[in-house]
Amino acid sequence: MSDTSKIEIRSLRKSFGDNEVLKNINLEVPKGGVVALIGPSGSGKSTLLRCINLLVVPDGGSVRVGDTSFSFGDGARLPDVRTLATFRATTGMVFQHFNLFPHMTTLQNVMEGPVTVRRMAKADAEKLARAQLAKVGLAEKADQYPATLSGGQKQRVAIARALAMEPDVMLFDEATSALDPELVGEVLAVIQQLASEGMTMVIVTHEIAFAREVADRLIFMRDGVVVEEGPSRQVIDHPQEAATRAFLSHFHRAGALPPANATS
Amino acid sequence: MYQWDFGILWSYRWLFLNGLGVTVGFTVVIVLLGLVFGLFGAFGSLSRFKAVRMLALTFIEAFRCTPILVQLIWFYYALPILAGVEMTPITASALALSLYGGSFYSEIIRGGIISIDKGQSEAGAALGMTPVQSMRRIVLPQAIKRMIPALMNQSIIQFKNTSLVSVLAVPDLVYQSQVAAHDSYRPLETYTAVAVAYAAILIPLTILVRRGEKRLAVGE
Repeated sequence: MSDTSKIEIRSLRKSFGDNEVLKNINLEVPKGGVVALIGPSGSGKSTLLRCINLLVVPDGGSVRVGDTSFSFGDGARLPDVRTLATFRATTGMVFQHFNLFPHMTTLQNVMEGPVTVRRMAKADAEKLARAQLAKVGLAEKADQYPATLSGGQKQRVAIARALAMEPDVMLFDEATSALDPELVGEVLAVIQQLASEGMTMVIVTHEIAFAREVADRLIFMRDGVVVEEGPSRQVIDHPQEAATRAFLSHFHRAGALPPANATS
Repeated sequence: MYQWDFGILWSYRWLFLNGLGVTVGFTVVIVLLGLVFGLFGAFGSLSRFKAVRMLALTFIEAFRCTPILVQLIWFYYALPILAGVEMTPITASALALSLYGGSFYSEIIRGGIISIDKGQSEAGAALGMTPVQSMRRIVLPQAIKRMIPALMNQSIIQFKNTSLVSVLAVPDLVYQSQVAAHDSYRPLETYTAVAVAYAAILIPLTILVRRGEKRLAVGE
């Protein structure tokens, strides 16, 4: 076990029925590290992310975040609901579809974790929540309901809600995939700021240019295995594996016409 | 041509009021008790444990799929013989109607809970909530809003179902009007007045429910 790593995943396995989604995955993220997970849909990257905070319970292997570790598989007892809840409180997660609580205002959304989970006094929680909303640039939206916000604003509130738990680790599950193109930038800017502040993050994304810019390391997954892994610029600019090259070719010329083939 | 004479009912006014009081009071009891059974049925049918689910579903289907009149008679006449449980007509009919209503409430409550997007409870879990906390803080407040119109409708049906307890000689509005009709030889006036009394209570309620539905639809 490395002393410096914040997240450590060993020989992780997960199947849904007959479908083996994760096959012997290993992953290590140092404190303050930013790892991007890319790959085609169905590659298992979202499942891997959800195994880190145990929203999906693995079939085998081990998961460690900070000082807390769990082993899964034969003979290992599943953690009880309270242990799981305490563990998840130390990791923040941001979802593709925001999953804001529609019956609460923006401020109440951000206060919910501190009040219900951390048992913080309402006044303290409100101060914390307002600070987090200000951080994502939405201080003036505190009293509005999520339904009145744009997609980009919703996702920034969702980030503030996760940050209000003061987590050690942030997990992003395709946080910009459901957004209109012109709203992607404002969310990426918040994530980038977190990276520069030294937050440990694992980011599942289709924004290759963003991954190249912000992530230290990049992992390309396909069919439940890690195909290629390395410093993000190196993997994106000089992919070693044919499968990685094939996948990245969809992005490299984004916006440009496909190269003209030989006339025939 | 029949000569209507509603004036004759005036002398039975205390009888009617007495019956109406029993009907309304009975409804309050079976709605509240029914909601309790409904909550148990709903959470039972959503349980992680198969045995609990099967038990809840058996309860729901047994009461949902048999006629309430048969249940009333069965609770009063069959239970004393089979289980040796002697019950007053009021207890027997309160129990039967509550369980019957509870089976329908169960389905309404269960439907409301599972209609909430799974992402909501996932977001709660990701914040570190236990399943109970996320049910209480996140899922139920949203689900209850969706359940209310259906729960109100079912309660209106329950109000009318209380008329059946007259077969067990519980002195509700229908039972008392039978007494009045026999005494006055004026069944037409009596039962017309009874029908008007039920409608006079329920029509304002249905208008309230419809208004509530609209208001909730706007909030979605």
